[in-house]
Amino acid sequence: MTEKKCLSLNINGIECQVPEGTTLLEAARYLDIDIPVICLHEATTAKGLCRQCVVEVEGRRTLAPSCITLAEEGMVVFTESERVVRVRRTILEMLHASSDISHSPALQAQMEKYTADPERFPGAKKRQYEILDDNPFYVRDYSQCILCWRCVQACGDDIQFTYALGLGGRGHDSRISTFYELPMPETTCVFCGNCVAVCPTEALQDKTEYLLEKGLQHHEIRARRRQERQGKRSKS
Amino acid sequence: MEFDPPVSSQLQEFLDQYGIRGREMLLPALLEAQKIHDFIPREAAAYIGEVLKVPLADIYGVIEFYSMLSSQPRAERVIRICTTPSCASQGSGKLVAEVCQHLGVDIGEPTVDGRYVVEEVECLGLCDHAPGVLIGNDMVGEATLDRIFHPEEHPRSEIYADQRYLLARVGSVDPLNIKEFQDAGGFAGLKTALALKPEEVIQVVSDSGLTGRGGAGFPTGLKWQGCAEEERFPKYLVCNEDESEPGTFKDRALIEGDPFTIIEGMIIAAYAVGANKGYLYIRGEYTHSHEVISQALEIAAGNRFLGENIQDSGFDFEIELRSGAGAYICGEETALFESIEGKRGFPRVKPPFPTTHGLFNQPTAINNVETLANVALIFNIGAEKYRELGSEDSPGPRLFSLSGDVERPGIYEISKPLTLRELIYEKGGGVRDGKQLRAVLLGGAAGKFVAPDGLDFLLTNQGTREVGLGLGSAAVVVFDEGVDLRFVLHGLGHFFAHESCGKCYPCQLGTQRQAEILDRNLRGQSLPGDIDRLKDIIATMTDSSLCGLGQTAGSAVLSAIEICPEYFGIEEGARD
Repeated sequence: MTEKKCLSLNINGIECQVPEGTTLLEAARYLDIDIPVICLHEATTAKGLCRQCVVEVEGRRTLAPSCITLAEEGMVVFTESERVVRVRRTILEMLHASSDISHSPALQAQMEKYTADPERFPGAKKRQYEILDDNPFYVRDYSQCILCWRCVQACGDDIQFTYALGLGGRGHDSRISTFYELPMPETTCVFCGNCVAVCPTEALQDKTEYLLEKGLQHHEIRARRRQERQGKRSKS
Repeated sequence: MEFDPPVSSQLQEFLDQYGIRGREMLLPALLEAQKIHDFIPREAAAYIGEVLKVPLADIYGVIEFYSMLSSQPRAERVIRICTTPSCASQGSGKLVAEVCQHLGVDIGEPTVDGRYVVEEVECLGLCDHAPGVLIGNDMVGEATLDRIFHPEEHPRSEIYADQRYLLARVGSVDPLNIKEFQDAGGFAGLKTALALKPEEVIQVVSDSGLTGRGGAGFPTGLKWQGCAEEERFPKYLVCNEDESEPGTFKDRALIEGDPFTIIEGMIIAAYAVGANKGYLYIRGEYTHSHEVISQALEIAAGNRFLGENIQDSGFDFEIELRSGAGAYICGEETALFESIEGKRGFPRVKPPFPTTHGLFNQPTAINNVETLANVALIFNIGAEKYRELGSEDSPGPRLFSLSGDVERPGIYEISKPLTLRELIYEKGGGVRDGKQLRAVLLGGAAGKFVAPDGLDFLLTNQGTREVGLGLGSAAVVVFDEGVDLRFVLHGLGHFFAHESCGKCYPCQLGTQRQAEILDRNLRGQSLPGDIDRLKDIIATMTDSSLCGLGQTAGSAVLSAIEICPEYFGIEEGARD
């Protein structure tokens, strides 16, 4: 195996060396510099959607998403410059105005860190959807969806190769959807649970957890399960 | 398992012929299904998925992405009324109301007999014939209630030029007569180019100083060189005719009036970069252009200008015509590739760039229609003569689309640099009905507003750069003193919110938040702090969006805040 080339760069005034092929996010993490992320997850491919991880690279016209920007020799990077902070705060404020992120402690912490005002955008269009409770394993509440695409990636090429989930709509009104909005049991879904595992909010939630939060007791949930199974048998 | 195909014989025939090509044929297959049923029934979508081997959720995603496709029954004929600035300022809003009243329906609601449905759409490239309407496959200019239901002749642009180069044959030669085309100098450039080595062809284009006419202005020779140097095959040559920048209609005039020139430019480009396959991607709304270029491609192939061993040169090249289905973002080069590949039109992260990883991840050169017309011209008159046209930093002639409140809207071929004031007042006859000028929008929705006292700069790359502007697609929309810019901005806000693909957060969220604030501003219900909100949104979109759409989605608004602060409730002198 050939040795990878070593690159020197400067992050927040600190000189560092990283092997070729390292992203700016990884380089910053070596230095214990915290860069916030929203759409990134270790189990799914980085795709640069949320732009929360942007950093300022000297000489570049626009900010660079650190999750997919590779380190280059001589780069000078700032991870918390005024431009960066303004973008991060505004993205959080705009996201908060559209989606219910109250069940995501990580996003709440980011709101606090960047002093994002939850009421910054009064009168904004909320992405509100009916809760979809169409299978015994998980519940979908897309009012909490932040369109990170992780579930679609987990369902597809990144983990399960099941392709039950995709994207519908466009722009702000994009949403995660099945083929012609069919209920989950009528799709290719194998109920592996990977989508639920990678969801950063409670847009996808384990059904037992969901019912417990609704105040049901364990024995009530079990009774409900039995009923569902019997219902299914009598139907078939 | 044997089963009867749940689709019409027409769709079955299509899939029998093209199914083998897989996902690449998804958009054509969906358009075919839509043509047959007026929408895409679930059974048809599922069957298409099975034949093309595309996951069903992805198929639904594609249907949902393109506004001309529908998963729900619509109507036999869709009446698409343009509501982007040039048309809105000529009363398209009123027209929508009239048509809806006449049919007794709301927007998007089919008539009871299922014959019509009315939709508000973005720019149709009929800006000089505003208001513009597309009913079924028929374009209607200067649309009125009566004219919509009795479409007359296909609207063509008036052409103005001191001397015609790019437009030499438009309007004077039968666009589908290949002999007339050749008699008028057509394919002469191709002959010259094919006698050179590919690297010499690239050298000529580099020497000509040609820059892309789609909006970004990248040097064409440099782009080709990058693609030519790649040693991976196959390579592709793509012609981008997804002209959708509001206020721009020049490419439509070229394709409809002189289609063989575009084919000529494509062959030369393909020869230069070493591509044997080309795609011509034309926006779905340009139905007439599609018809014309489709016939032209057949005629060209029949005369051995396409296919194997073109004109005994030893060079093979074929062109496949592809139709878009209603998505402004597909004019972005990587989104266009995704669209051809049968996906939602999401722009890709760059780098890698198309010259190394383009269509099907192969080396690709992608050029705008007008750029390719320039290529044909360069080899017709020679790089040296070509450089004498235009200016030192912006060589060659350039087509300006002039529309709005101007006496003589149309396409202006400019080969001697002039200022914006000269274009509007000397060439275009000034503001319509002798009114005063309110503002000019230069470069389309992604461009900027210019104040009446700021028109004295040269319309060249350098001239515009010096005053902080850009030529973009060279769209010039004129607004007279009677126009409330808040109305125009509101329209632009909706345009970007409607056309954002939704991939990256800054644009997905920012275009929506921007539209909401511009809505309030139009209704006179601005909230304290709205200007700061707008500035934060725009800074975020400009600085962190994934592609050019988001990066420019706030540009016009920001320029309007500068030149017309009174529209935002800011008193003169009080702005920061």
